[in-house]
Amino acid sequence: MIELIIPTIISCFLAFFIVFFITPPLIKILEKKNFVVKDVNKKGNVMIARPGGLSIMLGIIVSELIFYVFLQLNEILAIIITTTLAFLIGYVDDRKTMSGWFKPVMLAIAALPIIFIGAYDSDLTFPLFGDVQIPILYFGLIIFMITITGNTINSIDVLNGVASGFMVIASFTLSICLFILQNYEIAVISLPLGFVSLAFYKYHKIPSKIFPGDSGALAFGAMYGTIAIVGGVEIIAAIILLPAIINSFLFLSSVKRIVEHRQIKGKPVEHTDDFKLKATKDQTAPVTLVRLILTNGPLSEKQIGLEIFKLAIFSGILGIITAFLMGIFV
Amino acid sequence: MWILIIIGGAIVILVLGPISISQYGEFNSFFGSVIQGTIAIILVVIWILILSALKNWIFKKELKF
Repeated sequence: MIELIIPTIISCFLAFFIVFFITPPLIKILEKKNFVVKDVNKKGNVMIARPGGLSIMLGIIVSELIFYVFLQLNEILAIIITTTLAFLIGYVDDRKTMSGWFKPVMLAIAALPIIFIGAYDSDLTFPLFGDVQIPILYFGLIIFMITITGNTINSIDVLNGVASGFMVIASFTLSICLFILQNYEIAVISLPLGFVSLAFYKYHKIPSKIFPGDSGALAFGAMYGTIAIVGGVEIIAAIILLPAIINSFLFLSSVKRIVEHRQIKGKPVEHTDDFKLKATKDQTAPVTLVRLILTNGPLSEKQIGLEIFKLAIFSGILGIITAFLMGIFV
Repeated sequence: MWILIIIGGAIVILVLGPISISQYGEFNSFFGSVIQGTIAIILVVIWILILSALKNWIFKKELKF
């Protein structure tokens, strides 16, 4: 445990400050190259730089490489490779509009390095009841997990600061759960995700100066999913991520097919005169988490973000309770 | 959903986990996994149906669709 302290301090320090200092010049470069998109929830024609995935990815790679120099674990390689592939998939989607199937299919391929490197344990642990060995089915679970975590974080990236803020809560909670389960190596390896998210949140929070884009959101989600697999905390990770999973589920079950948000014609929410958001009664529009939150009445973008963060904290608490319930079997 | 996950975990550990096939030699593990996978998919479908019913109920009640 003591030998982990120095690499953890160096890695977390670099994870935070690389993103913190690289993001402002990245914003300027993106704005100069006209890589900007309209912020649809602001009055007027407010344009925001995108994608911020580049600074996120740099922070993740450097911090995880530091860990690899000290610890030389296959699990770290799996995190670096899968996250990098997810980032590249997202970057292609940021630059060129792809079909709705592109990201799920490509994320499934991005999960394969975890299998090839062998950075997993095919026991699936559940709270209270112990674990079950599913050696063949576990391959499917790995692919499913990365596809789900990547896409759910991407689908929750709809308001200023929500994706990065959500990741701050989810990733630090997952690290706490890994500490509870005494999986100290993976716990410290998971910490840079929280620090990268926290540093990026500074520029992504309302009013956003930069959006993570698909590249940033997929990198966040894929890294989270890989940590869950290499740490053997798949069920806990899914519980912590429940608000985002619910959002994806609501969307898919209402549109009944895999499509990009931009391909949907019906509007789930609309603006009031004072530019708050309110749920529409359009039956052709997808049901989303934001629309569900707005069923009680119009809210500002900031208020909706806070509601989502409250849900994330609630799910995080359920995740920690689950970790204690699982701890009985460690 | 949390409670559904814990109940699902109990079913997986107590029902799905112990399933094993013994008459197919070296393919025992494969056929065992196919049966486990099929039951798991059925459980996921039931889970999705429950959540869909909940979602529809909430939206009909709140937004009067």
